[in-house]
Amino acid sequence: MKILVPVKRVIDYNVKARVKADNSDVDLNSVKMALNPFCEIAVEEAIRIKEAGKASEVVVVSIGDKACQEQLRTALALGADKAIQIDTNERLESLHVAKLLAKVVEQENPELVILGKQAIDSDNNQTGQMLAALTGRAQATFASEVVVDGDKLNVTREVDGGLQTIAVNLPAVVTTDLRLNEPRYATLPNIMKAKRKPLDVLTAADLGVDVTPRITTLKVEEPSKREAGEIVADVATLVEKLKNEAKVI
Amino acid sequence: MSVLIIAEHEHGVLKNDTAKVVSATQKLGKSVTVLVAGFNVAAVAEAASKIDGVSNVIVADNAALEHQLAENMADLVVDLAGDYSHIFAAATTTGKNFMPRVAALLDKVQISDIIEVIDENTFKRPIYAGNAIATVQSSEDKHIVTVRSSAFDVAGDQAPVAVSSFDAVKENALSSFVSQQETESERPELTAADVIISGGRGMQNGENFALLNGIADKLGAAIGASRAAVDAGFVPNDMQVGQTGKIVAPQLYIAVGISGAIQHLAGMKDSKVIVAINKDPDAPIFQVADYGLVADLFDVLPELEASL
Ligand SMILES: Cc1cc2nc3c(=O)[nH]c(=O)nc-3n(C[C@H](O)[C@H](O)[C@H](O)COP(=O)(O)OP(=O)(O)OC[C@H]3O[C@@H](n4cnc5c(N)ncnc54)[C@H](O)[C@@H]3O)c2cc1C
Ligand SMILES: Nc1ncnc2c1ncn2[C@@H]1O[C@H](COP(=O)(O)O)[C@@H](O)[C@H]1O
Repeated sequence: MKILVPVKRVIDYNVKARVKADNSDVDLNSVKMALNPFCEIAVEEAIRIKEAGKASEVVVVSIGDKACQEQLRTALALGADKAIQIDTNERLESLHVAKLLAKVVEQENPELVILGKQAIDSDNNQTGQMLAALTGRAQATFASEVVVDGDKLNVTREVDGGLQTIAVNLPAVVTTDLRLNEPRYATLPNIMKAKRKPLDVLTAADLGVDVTPRITTLKVEEPSKREAGEIVADVATLVEKLKNEAKVI
Repeated sequence: MSVLIIAEHEHGVLKNDTAKVVSATQKLGKSVTVLVAGFNVAAVAEAASKIDGVSNVIVADNAALEHQLAENMADLVVDLAGDYSHIFAAATTTGKNFMPRVAALLDKVQISDIIEVIDENTFKRPIYAGNAIATVQSSEDKHIVTVRSSAFDVAGDQAPVAVSSFDAVKENALSSFVSQQETESERPELTAADVIISGGRGMQNGENFALLNGIADKLGAAIGASRAAVDAGFVPNDMQVGQTGKIVAPQLYIAVGISGAIQHLAGMKDSKVIVAINKDPDAPIFQVADYGLVADLFDVLPELEASL
């Protein structure tokens, strides 16, 4: 079985995003960038399935400018076999990402695609579901456990009410939740090895996908700020304030 | 053209997310149809028909919809989509699961997690874990939108409107339900509670979460948790508050032994009043707290319970 893992380069999760002074966007200048945490978990899961002898190849793909090759190399160092960059300077909407990925699925023909459940920049949580729809495949989102069972998967999903387990036929699309696994660190020898692994570059035009934007961002603002309140001396004061000042209890 | 809202329900009960989505759509000034999709959901449909602002309810009551699998839900919504300019659902794990599938099948973009409707095609939504709010405008003629329900009030009541049924439900052969593991609790749900008390890694273990029980009982509160507490196995996943857990905005949020990471704040910083209990005076949670208590939680929790 071949596994395809789409990965996104995003702001490092430890960095607090700042809004540009002209309110046009978030300022990403000289901000630390990294592999989206959910994508890292997706790569790890694919590698584990391969290590368990249930997959033969792990291909990673990223859509973005040249800089995203850094994240592809990271994924290769973690154990992916081959990488594809779809070169674009546009910041694409999830629908267009899904359409490009659907073309890659057509070319690579993976039985399983594992994506992150959401990119922590746009917080969209759309691409995997859209890709499943476009390729007519079953979807299992927000996975906290994936068990390959012949020609199907048993996937445990994190849902608002608890945990739900579903069975999906392969080929399928899975999106990862945080507790699916704990990603490994890349070792130095593997980082060196990754430099020699294949990395192909394609463009949106090569894939024949129209990526004309359908959403315009009119404005990006800081959220309303909360003022730090007061430190109270003891429990009695706290309870008194909640009763008489805030009037919430 | 009017608005279609897909109802959120569980165990035959309509959840108040639906009435919040209804209130989100009022600004559009269009008639609102609520779709109730599930199995044995007549009571849900009846409840939906009594939400102020709803013009009519369509109920698709079918065994194939019992577990609201994404493939079946999406096919159903796509079949009904023709009549509507706006299709809305709450950004719950159910809505997030099938709505993008609907969008892709209709070749439309989706706008996720809106917190404000500006006009027919313009919406506000948080990005970067809520560290920025984007105003986005769509050029589509059909808008597929999920709603952050904590940002909207519950719509009021009205005399019931007409309920019709839709029978041509399709069942997919791609996926099937196996089992569901639910957390039993007598407490209010996190997303519906007026008061929430949450524990973090500072609670040290699952047993210690019992220290929150007595306080929650007295305040009628729901109990939440940070991701660290869930990951460590102290409590189940459905208690997680944050960027990737539940987004809450209660009247009172009490964070106990939680440091206040960006991702946790993303889920609770719109609460009306925030209380933080933490032994580290430099914990970032104090920067958003209205009232901070720098103390060892094991000392002050029993005292807090006793004084309520
Ligand atoms: C992509 C991504 C998504 C995430 N999503 C979420 C999310 O949805 N929700 C979430 O919560 N986190 C999320 N996280 C994790 C987040 O970054 C933090 O790691 C997490 O919130 C920390 O939890 P905590 O505050 O309980 O633990 P810690 O940061 O370890 O803080 C524990 C606190 O307890 C205090 N403490 C310890 N002992 C005591 C005591 N006896 N008395 C009083 N205080 C005490 C300490 O001073 C400390 O401040 C996410 C992370 C990533 C990368
Ligand atoms: N530009 C991209 N390149 C590759 N994969 C992406 C890209 N954008 C999104 N994805 C994938 O889709 C997932 C969900 O993203 P989103 O729907 O944008 O929140 C991510 O975790 C990635 O796996």
